[in-house]
Amino acid sequence: MANVFPRFRNSPAAAFAATAVVAAVLILLPFLFGQLGNAWVRALAFALLYVMLALGLNIVVGFAGLLDLGYIAFYAVGAYMYALLASPHLTSNFAWLAQTFPNGLHNSIWFVIPFGAGLAAMFGILLGAPVLKLRGDYLAIVTLGFGEIMRILMNNLNAPVNITNGPQGITLIDPISIGGISLAKTQTLFGIQFPSVYLYYYLFLVLAIITIVVCIRLQDSRLGRAWMAIREDELAAKAMGINVRNVKLLAFSLGATFGGVAGAMFSAFQGFVSPESFTLNESIIVLAMVVLGGLGHIPGVVLGAVLLSLFPEVLRHTVAPLQMMLFGKVVIESEVLRMMLYGLAMVLIMLYRPKGLWPAPEHGINPSSRADAGKAQAA
Amino acid sequence: MDTFIQQAINGLVLGSMYSLIALGYTMVYGILNLINFAHGDVLTVGALTALSTILFLQAFFPGMPGWTLMLAGLLAAIPVCVTLSLVIERVAYRPLRNAPRLAPLITAIGVSIVIQTVAMLVWGRTYMTFPQLIPDLPLTFGEATITLTKMMVIGLSAAVMIGLMLLVNRTRLGRAMRATAENPRVAGLMGVNPNFVIAMTFAIGASLAALAGVMLAATYGVAHFYMGFLPGLKAFTAAVLGGIGNIPGAMLGGLLLGLIEALGAGYIGQLTGGVLGSHYQDIFAFLILVLVLIFRPSGLLGERVADRA
Repeated sequence: MANVFPRFRNSPAAAFAATAVVAAVLILLPFLFGQLGNAWVRALAFALLYVMLALGLNIVVGFAGLLDLGYIAFYAVGAYMYALLASPHLTSNFAWLAQTFPNGLHNSIWFVIPFGAGLAAMFGILLGAPVLKLRGDYLAIVTLGFGEIMRILMNNLNAPVNITNGPQGITLIDPISIGGISLAKTQTLFGIQFPSVYLYYYLFLVLAIITIVVCIRLQDSRLGRAWMAIREDELAAKAMGINVRNVKLLAFSLGATFGGVAGAMFSAFQGFVSPESFTLNESIIVLAMVVLGGLGHIPGVVLGAVLLSLFPEVLRHTVAPLQMMLFGKVVIESEVLRMMLYGLAMVLIMLYRPKGLWPAPEHGINPSSRADAGKAQAA
Repeated sequence: MDTFIQQAINGLVLGSMYSLIALGYTMVYGILNLINFAHGDVLTVGALTALSTILFLQAFFPGMPGWTLMLAGLLAAIPVCVTLSLVIERVAYRPLRNAPRLAPLITAIGVSIVIQTVAMLVWGRTYMTFPQLIPDLPLTFGEATITLTKMMVIGLSAAVMIGLMLLVNRTRLGRAMRATAENPRVAGLMGVNPNFVIAMTFAIGASLAALAGVMLAATYGVAHFYMGFLPGLKAFTAAVLGGIGNIPGAMLGGLLLGLIEALGAGYIGQLTGGVLGSHYQDIFAFLILVLVLIFRPSGLLGERVADRA
């Protein structure tokens, strides 16, 4: 807990109180946003998915300093994995599968999450292995190419054997159910009604918190320090005895893991996946979240993800009415405006605030020791 | 055999355009070690400017012959692209020249997105037909044909590339460019203004991109706001294939990539017994990129250089 609130490192009671307040706010948040309509709660749930994605990408880009422009491919791997394992698509296309599983394919979340994580990690290693020796900027292009290859495969693997159902995507994906409680239906607990989106929000909240904790622990671990060392100076890191190859592969695979889990959750939440959800633009949006929030700084990345994923919802409700009022017609669609603003934000942040909105504190200087140093000088 | 010749011709046409685009990447990379992600979008702007100019002239001077229209379009596209490219360099890349490597890459992606969305706002998101300005006049070899436009694409690219080689190897500016690529600081000490040289490099790259954009639109008859992005990426692959930073390498890489794509798309169906279709064409470029980077990271013509990281 002290890791989560570095400010309260010296007083466990304050840290506990802060945690309780944050937890209460997070639990009540859907009821607050629910007043505006379920679309907002849905947006919140998506924001949490993006927190997971952005933190995963942050491991690769922020900690290890490897620019990955195909990160969304891991999201796609997770999403398609769940879609194939929990929809009638495979059994209706392959007779032998239908015979083996007469009730259709259904899988429990306790299997899906580890399997999605593992599969995505494997893809991470597959992508990482050939590009290990490359300089950072080649990596950007190769990962971009990898993302495109995955999308082309998703689009075209409906022939000769129908695996992904091509551009139409896969429908009728099972919702998640935990211990027999389906998250797709409104559930009642203590007389309070929890609609489906609320339940997904809580599930994603738990997963996002697990992600944050794992990321913090990773950051403070030996491995995390190794990542930062190769980010700052690969040659020096090597000279210090860091196995650069393994450490980079771990960055790719661990980063991919979160993408895979988030993807599986996405496909259960939507009930539908298609290649359209996994374009290059999506990769860039996740990158924008990491860059805007603060490369390598976990609270910053979370902030970036929440801001940029709620932002389109705000735009949707303001841009069109505003333009109707000013010009009498919609000149710029909110989707277009959003991409343009993201692009501009990436340029401006890099030019004027390269460490992001909420930058990481500098290495080796913690606020308390700096204050002490100031006092010492004054004395 | 006829398919082979036909696909080889298509490959050469595609390859010449890739070469022109790849030159822009390779020259900038050679000097700044920067992947100019916005290069493909500069090409888009070039093609769309040319299209607008041509449509405008067609509407006001209906009798103008096709080739003058084409020339007018090109003459409008080049200055627009050059200006755009210079502005991008000045605003987004120059302030970050000494920043960590990730920074200019991220601004480059940002600039690319901004240009795409602005192009979408100006020209709309629909596919526009690029009028056929030059008569077909197909030449046939057996079953294979080549149109006049395609011949012009190959001829013009060859001429431009020879011109560029002369510029780089025989002129004062070319020498300054080579010196800056070698070592910008020492070049500065020798009286070269590196900022000017870098700006000129961007300008040359942008005019080649404008030319390639008009060719691309004229050959395939369509133009839209996203048309430059994928060719841009593939051209980067071509530059890597030839050895990044190496000008003849970019030309060779572009031609090879065009040939591989066209022949691959033509034969993949036969080779795999109909399992994989020609829609896998886009995969070749990326597969080649990965293979080159694994087995010969310095490219076909590039010399092995130590990692400057």
